[in-house]
Amino acid sequence: MLNYFKLAALGIIVLLAAMASNFARDLAYQVHAILIMLVASGMFIWVLRGTDEPHAQVDSNGYMDNVVRAGVIATGFWGVVGFLVGVIIAFQLAFPVLNLEWAQPYANFGRLRPLHTSAVIFAFGGNALIMSSFYVVQRTSGSRLWGGNLAWFVFWGYNLFIVLAATGYLLGSTQSKEYAEPEWYIDIWLTIVWVAYLVVFLGTIFKRKERHIYVANWFYLAFIVTVAMLHIVNNLSIPVSIWGSKSVQVFSGVQDAMTQWWYGHNAVGFFLTAGFLGMMYYFVPKQAGRPVFSYKLSIIHFWALIFLYIWAGPHHLHYTALPDWAATLGMVFSIILWMPSWGGMINGLMTLQGAWDKLRTDPIIRMMVTSLAFYGMSTFEGPMMSIRAVNSLSHYTDWTIGHVHSGALGWNGMITFGALYFLTPRLWGRAKMYSMSAINWHFWLATTGIVLYASSMWVSGIMEGLMWREVDAQGFLVNSFADTVSAKYPMLVVRGLGGVLYLTGAIIMVWNMWMTIRGGEKVTAPVGVATV
Amino acid sequence: MSEHDKDIDTETGVETTGHEWDGIKELNNPLPRWWLWTFYLCILWGVWYVIAYPAWPMIKGATEGYLGYSTRANVEADINAFNDKNADLRAALTEVDLTKLEEDEALSRFAVAGGAAVFRTNCSQCHGSGAAGAKGYPNLLDDDWLWGGTIEEIAYTINHGIRNEIDPDARWTEMPAFGEILEKDQISQVVQHVISLSSTEFDTAMAAEGAVIFDEQCSACHAVDGAGDRAIGAPNLTDAIWLYGGDEQTLTETITYSRFGVMPPWGPRLSQSDVNAVAAYVHQLGGGE
Repeated sequence: MLNYFKLAALGIIVLLAAMASNFARDLAYQVHAILIMLVASGMFIWVLRGTDEPHAQVDSNGYMDNVVRAGVIATGFWGVVGFLVGVIIAFQLAFPVLNLEWAQPYANFGRLRPLHTSAVIFAFGGNALIMSSFYVVQRTSGSRLWGGNLAWFVFWGYNLFIVLAATGYLLGSTQSKEYAEPEWYIDIWLTIVWVAYLVVFLGTIFKRKERHIYVANWFYLAFIVTVAMLHIVNNLSIPVSIWGSKSVQVFSGVQDAMTQWWYGHNAVGFFLTAGFLGMMYYFVPKQAGRPVFSYKLSIIHFWALIFLYIWAGPHHLHYTALPDWAATLGMVFSIILWMPSWGGMINGLMTLQGAWDKLRTDPIIRMMVTSLAFYGMSTFEGPMMSIRAVNSLSHYTDWTIGHVHSGALGWNGMITFGALYFLTPRLWGRAKMYSMSAINWHFWLATTGIVLYASSMWVSGIMEGLMWREVDAQGFLVNSFADTVSAKYPMLVVRGLGGVLYLTGAIIMVWNMWMTIRGGEKVTAPVGVATV
Repeated sequence: MSEHDKDIDTETGVETTGHEWDGIKELNNPLPRWWLWTFYLCILWGVWYVIAYPAWPMIKGATEGYLGYSTRANVEADINAFNDKNADLRAALTEVDLTKLEEDEALSRFAVAGGAAVFRTNCSQCHGSGAAGAKGYPNLLDDDWLWGGTIEEIAYTINHGIRNEIDPDARWTEMPAFGEILEKDQISQVVQHVISLSSTEFDTAMAAEGAVIFDEQCSACHAVDGAGDRAIGAPNLTDAIWLYGGDEQTLTETITYSRFGVMPPWGPRLSQSDVNAVAAYVHQLGGGE
């Protein structure tokens, strides 16, 4: 019976999408309408063929791991795509001719840059968070994902969001809000998917067999709830036409800027910090085989982090139209945030107490420890850069780019690689990864890449900041902007090379995952739900 | 879990909380002291900071903090400090007779240093940060001037700009698009003649034909010998210095469609002393007359 409703709904979607593609006012909207029409027709046929067919019995005692497997593959795939685009735009900055004349306007830096940021943060990071949270919440709750195929809807819906966003950027559809570039209809779709994600996650927590909720799940839940709130408020806008992609923001001027950076900073705080701390709190103790260092610390730093992070956004708007008092607010909360952020690092690192020797023998744990070290470094650097005086030097320079990349490549990337190396053999029932020495290679390539990246951007950023502010004894500006751009050239090349190393490491990882999945004997039967 | 049933971690000897999730336990370690104290210190610092600096939003405005800090006031103070320091020189530069500027060494140095800064901020986008120009944007380092290279002529160009609709006193002449006047082969002949003025690589027969057409159509502005006329901004065609290019294809394009290089008037945007300063800077770059 449900199938008939599905068929009717899909049929209506196909029809509406066909109309939309006919009335479309811009290319991005038209391409998206056609894309949605094709996807919905495909699903229509698929549902139709499955109607009244006997379907396989789902073992409700088992964990729902197929969706996690799909997530593992998507994470690896999007990671390589995102890093590749990053390498391309890095070299576009060093060698502007790579903005390929014949590929204009699609392949210019302005369109590829949001493609890179969204691909790494939302496609790579988002898939990593969704799949790892599905894995972790099942294991630590002792129950199967709630909501049946809703988890699959979350996975495919989220990846459809990514495809729509990415193709939109290339076709020139953007609302010009950093990390929130997708236009209104893509935002609405993501809202639907995200609510489904929250429902699946909460449903699983509600039917857990453990009495307490494990700390990793607090972080995941904080991430899911807050991102929903941030996404909705920052994307409040009115479409110019329902047949076109362009929309107009509800807020204007400095209110819009403040909303954007309240969102932007908390995308870092709740997506890239809280969510990934959830990952850390499961995979580090599992891989180390040790208990979490301190339950008290995890409670205190969780609540302090959640409470403080949300206020820190204004530090992105120092020395702008934003009033001084609001900038003070952002700065003070950023500084107080330093220790709560470090709580996660301490809890992760000290979990290795009694297992430090594994650093020598286990490249996966080495990756996780390195990721915690970068986490600690960038959560120190962040509060420091939020100080007004430091910010007056660092803002708008490459230093900021270096800072976010030591966080993204070091912390988010490395902890995700660790999680992927942990999950791949377990999900496909292999004893271990196909090649341990390839993991070692990946570790060193990635680490060297990050060091090249971060150090070249420090040098470049500080130089740039000093050159911008340099005045002579009479108060006259010493350098033109173009002088600062040409002075950065060597550092931009080194940064690109760092990116190449990091990308190479990720390609080795994907190859290693592929070989692990397709090769070798099965060693364990799929794990059943714990019966506590 | 009752008191006598403690779960002790064997590696560290620390008690666990007694919970276990998928094999993960938690130790009951206290908060690290240094962590806690640093956290407290940060909070104390934060309390002091919000008293000392602008912080608490009220109904009208916000608390100002006892240090009286304000980003706007600070930057204004910085600018004023330099303005006060330079006030006399700036006043002198506003009033100065530009032709006599070089006689006052201190003022001249001030003008060139200040003009360089004005140039880097406002002019380098088109003329290059070294003032060497680019295609369509004149090189300011050489002595080939379109509208005149004396310091006063330069100051006039900066003040009013070229071919803009904003300033009625802008320098303005327009070369006709000869594609509407001459036949294609006639244009080719003129091109050969123009090339012949500064090069030996040209078609003699065509250039001879072109010379006749040049005499009729072009010499009124560019002069019979092609040396141009600064009074109307007609470029010198004999010096092998080209604004758009001196090859056959580019010249054909220039003659067929004409060119329309625009420079905005800087008088309305810069102070008179800044205009004088940047004129002095450009004048001393190498080609000043």
